[in-house]
Amino acid sequence: MSQVSPMSSTHPAIGIAARPERRDIGLGRRYAAERRFRLYGMAAVAFGLLFLFLLLFSVVSKGYTAFQQTMITIPVEFSAEIIDKNNERASNPQKLVSANYPVVARNALARVLGVAEDDRAGLKAVNGMISDSVRVQLRNLVTANPSIIGTTQTVTFLAHGDLDSAYKGQIDLTVPETSRKVSDRQVGWMNQLAESGALAKHFNTGLFVNGASSRPEAAGVGVALIGSLYMMLIVLALSLPIGVAASIYLEEFAPKNRFTDLIEVNINNLAAVPSIVYGLLGLAVFVNFAGFPRSAALVGGLVLTLMTLPTIIIATRAALKAVPPSIRSAALGLGASKMQTVFHHVLPLAMPGILTGTIIGLAHALGETAPLLLIGMVAFVADVPATPMDPATALPVQIYMWANEAERAFVERTSGAIIVLLIFLILMNVGAILLRRRFERRW
Amino acid sequence: MNMMSEAAVEKVLDRKMNDISYKMIGKDVSVYYGEKRALYDVNLNVRENTVTALIGPSGCGKSTFLRTLNRMNDTIDGCRVTGRITLDADDIYDPNIDVVELRARVGMVFQKPNPFPKSIYENVAYGPRIHGLAKAKADMDAIVESSLQKAGLWNEVKDRLQEGGTGLSGGQQQRLCIARAVAVSPEVILMDEPCSALDPIATAKVEELIHELRANFTIVIVTHSMQQAARVSQRTAMFHLGNLVEENDTDKMFTNPDDQRTQDYIMGRFG
Repeated sequence: MSQVSPMSSTHPAIGIAARPERRDIGLGRRYAAERRFRLYGMAAVAFGLLFLFLLLFSVVSKGYTAFQQTMITIPVEFSAEIIDKNNERASNPQKLVSANYPVVARNALARVLGVAEDDRAGLKAVNGMISDSVRVQLRNLVTANPSIIGTTQTVTFLAHGDLDSAYKGQIDLTVPETSRKVSDRQVGWMNQLAESGALAKHFNTGLFVNGASSRPEAAGVGVALIGSLYMMLIVLALSLPIGVAASIYLEEFAPKNRFTDLIEVNINNLAAVPSIVYGLLGLAVFVNFAGFPRSAALVGGLVLTLMTLPTIIIATRAALKAVPPSIRSAALGLGASKMQTVFHHVLPLAMPGILTGTIIGLAHALGETAPLLLIGMVAFVADVPATPMDPATALPVQIYMWANEAERAFVERTSGAIIVLLIFLILMNVGAILLRRRFERRW
Repeated sequence: MNMMSEAAVEKVLDRKMNDISYKMIGKDVSVYYGEKRALYDVNLNVRENTVTALIGPSGCGKSTFLRTLNRMNDTIDGCRVTGRITLDADDIYDPNIDVVELRARVGMVFQKPNPFPKSIYENVAYGPRIHGLAKAKADMDAIVESSLQKAGLWNEVKDRLQEGGTGLSGGQQQRLCIARAVAVSPEVILMDEPCSALDPIATAKVEELIHELRANFTIVIVTHSMQQAARVSQRTAMFHLGNLVEENDTDKMFTNPDDQRTQDYIMGRFG
C-alpha cells in the first residue's frame, strides 16, 4: 500500500504496463484443427449431395420417358368379314369376344402404309408395330357397341413396345438389322407415320391405371398403387392408435420396474429386426395360421403394421419425454387427474413429434419390399383389387419385378415407377413438415 | 402411532377453541427417496390464514416437506412418506382420500412460472373447468376475472385474454400461475420459491399479492431469501439437513431465535 502513496514515489508518471512474454497456448494448432474439421464436414456434405444428385439424375434421366407412350391414331375398318364372318353374333355372343381383333388393326395399319394384302412378310412386320393390347381395346369397343361393325372409326392404340423404344431413340439403329428388335422397314414406316401425324407420343395414363402385363407398353403401376394405398390405410389405422396408446401407457402410467425395462429393451430391438423376419412372421401367423388370403393387401398391411409399430412407439415416447415436466406438475397441482394431464396438456404438446414419427414410419413401410415378397405379394396381378382381400402388389415390389424384366421398354418403366414412389415419399415428408408447423404454431 | 395421531386431532380442536386454528398438521413426517432419507420426523403445523415461510439451506428438505402437503411427491418414483399429515383433521395420506380432490383444496405455485401454452383465459379457466366449478360461460368469465384480479393481473391483461400465456413477462407469468391456482378456490396455497426467477420489481408485486391473499387463503411458502421470509410471513420454520430446527413467530425468529443454528443461518454464517 505504502509503495503507491505519492509521498514515496519520485516519478509519478503513468506508463503502459510491460507486456509479459507471450505464452504459446497453441492457437495456431487449435484454429488448424477447426479448419480441418470444417473441411471434413463440407466434404461429407458434398459427398452426400453428389450421390443424391447421381441417384436422382440416373433415375429421372432413365425414367422420364415412361410418362409418355407412343400411340398410333388411324382409321380402323371394323370389317364384318373378319369379326363375324357368318353373322352369328345374335345367337352366339361369344363370337364377339373371341374374334380376331389384331388382324383388324393390322389391316388398318397396312392400308395406311400401303402394304399389299398378299405381302405376308410385310403384314408380319406391320403386325410387329402394334401392341397386342389392341385385342382387348378393340374387343371392348365392339362388345360395348356392336353397331360399329361394318363401319370405319378413328382409333388410337398403343404402338408395340419395341417401336416405342425405337421412336424414343432408345434403340441403337447402327446395330445390324438382324440383331435388333425393329427392322429398317419398320423404322421407315415409323418415320412415315410420325410425319403424317398418325404416330405420336401421348401422356401415359396407362402407367397409372394398368395392372401387370408382359407387354411393357401396356404395363402399369395401377394395381401396385391401389395395393400400396390399402396397405398404408391399414398401417395408419392400426399402428397409430396402438402405437400411441402403448407409448402413453409406458411413458406416463406404467410403473418403472424390471418388467417395463425389459419391454423397452425389446421394443428397441424390434425396431432393428430385419424386415424379412416380419415377412416370415406374417406368413406363419396371418396366412398359415389365421388363414388370410395370400398376396392380399390386408396381410401386407398387417405385416407392415408390425414392422412400423416399434418406430412409432419409439418416436412417440421420445416426443412425450420431451414435454417439460413443469407442464405435468402444473396440471397435477391444479387437481387434474393423470389422464386429464396427459390428454389435455402432454399429448397436444407431443403431437408434432408423434405425427413426424408416424409419417416417417409410414414412409418406411411404403418403401418396404422384403416382407411383401414372403407373403406372396410379388405376383402377376392384372386386375385392380376391389378390396384389401384381393390379390395385389405394392409399388416397391412392382419396381423389383420390372427390374427383372429383359425388354428395353421395362427399363424406363422401372425408373418411372421409382419416380412415382419417390414423389409419394416426398409428398409424405412434406406433409409431415406441414403438420409439424401447423401444430407447433399453437404455442 | 395411531394413538398419537388421534391425540393430535384432539389438539387441533383444542387449538381452534384457543383462537389459533391449525389448517394442516404434520406429525412425524419422514420422506424417503428410495434408500435415501430426506426428512426426519418433522412436526410442523400450519396455521389458518397465516403465511408460513420455510427457510433453510439448499437440500435441507423444505421443498420436500412442502410437496408432501398436497402429495406432489406421489409423482416421484420411489418416494415414500411416513408419519401423518392432516388437513382439517382429514389424514391426507389416508387411502380413502382422493388425491385429485386434495389438490383442488391445496393448490400449488411452482418455482419457475409454468403457464400452459394456451391463452391467458384458458390458463385460468382450466382448473374450474375440470372441477366443474362453472356451469355457464358467464360464470366462468366471472371466475377468470376475479382470479386475475386477486392475482393483481387483471388490469394488465384484460384486453388480451385470448393471447398466449407464455407471451407474458416472467413476473406476469408467475402471477398468472397464482391466478390459476386461486381460480380453483383452494383452502391452502403452497408456493415453492415463487420469486426465485423474478426481478426485484416483480418480486415486490408477488409479495404484496401474498399479503392480500392471506385474508382468504392459508399460505405456505418456501424461500431462499431471508428478507422475503421476514417481509411476507407471520410464522417461519427453519430446516437443516432434513430436520426441522425451529418453528416460531417470524418476528421472534429474526430477532431472537431459540436455536443457535437458526441464529447462524440468519446471520449468514452457513448456508
